Amino acid sequence: MFGKEKSSVKQCAALERKLVEYLDGRARPADRHAVEEHLSGCASCRLRAEEFRALWTALDDLPEVSPSPAFDATLRTRIAAEPARRSFWDWLPSPRLAFAVTALVVMSAWLSSVPRVTTNPTVVSQASQASEVSPESDFGMIRDLPVLENFDVVSKFDALSELPVTQGRPTGEGVKESR
Amino acid sequence: MARTDVQLMLDVKAGDDQSFELLLRKYRTPLVNFLYRMVRDTAVAEDLAQEVFLRVYRARQEYAPSAKFTTWMFRIATNLALNSVRDNRHRLMEISMDQTVDSGESEQPALEVPDRAPSVEQELVARCRAEMILKAIHALPEKQRAAVLLHKYQELDYDEIARVLECSESALKSLLFRAYETLRVELAPLVSPTVRVDRVPADRSGQPAC
Repeated sequence: MFGKEKSSVKQCAALERKLVEYLDGRARPADRHAVEEHLSGCASCRLRAEEFRALWTALDDLPEVSPSPAFDATLRTRIAAEPARRSFWDWLPSPRLAFAVTALVVMSAWLSSVPRVTTNPTVVSQASQASEVSPESDFGMIRDLPVLENFDVVSKFDALSELPVTQGRPTGEGVKESR
Repeated sequence: MARTDVQLMLDVKAGDDQSFELLLRKYRTPLVNFLYRMVRDTAVAEDLAQEVFLRVYRARQEYAPSAKFTTWMFRIATNLALNSVRDNRHRLMEISMDQTVDSGESEQPALEVPDRAPSVEQELVARCRAEMILKAIHALPEKQRAAVLLHKYQELDYDEIARVLECSESALKSLLFRAYETLRVELAPLVSPTVRVDRVPADRSGQPAC
């Protein structure tokens, strides 16, 4: 007898998980048959099922609230006040300008990446040969400078004639006069 | 042929604001009711409902129809309602049926109870029944409350409600049973076959319940 009661309690507990979907008509056929079978033999569960049905009918008495007349208008205002999401490209006025800006950036990057001294090996060797100048040619370059080459300008410079004449160190006109 | 909610939302994503208007017209009343029954404050419920629509609109570009539109919308609504209840738990107000709320432009009753009963007494009974039900629902734990509202009033499928509440279907069924069992006890005067409520229900102290 005790075992029978225990089994009935287990069945009542199992019913709890299926009762709601049985009452709202969404239970699977197998579950529905199991619930009906249990209800037919269990007065307390049958009473509970009836009260659940009555409860659901009572819950229907809860009146509905209506949104205020200003609901839609307020929502539209809030949506209009939303900051528009814009991507980077949206900030550019036209695709042409976007292309021009992109091209300019790419060109700048490319130009800045190009080395100023060429890396061609043949050109490099020529350049290194040209840079190896002998002392004689260096002296020739200095000698060819126009100012230093013009000896007349230096020798006829009046200020030099006022310098005192020193023995062993002849300079300009003074040298000629002492002779 | 009427477009589905998902199709409407995809059209909104494509830039069709008229489709958003259709979704708004279809769901503003269910959403306001769901939120009102969750937070029990009409002004807060309206504000939250607007926030739900605003979030739906904001998320239109990222919308992917991985679930039903209602699942997505009620998940947003439930999260907002639960946050609101938790934030305002200490100062939640008791709103009587007669109390008026400022709706911005005009004053209207907090609840629009349909005038079903011709007599004053019957009208009072109807109001008291509604107030009892609302109080009992609001006394449920938050998750049970949301489950009952989505099941009884929004009639969502079990898998939808489970996804909204982020639990298994099995856990949801247990949750619903416990919630209805609590309501059955709390609303015994309304549901017991031996007790008929044709008078103003009284609470345990013998005073009218509303």
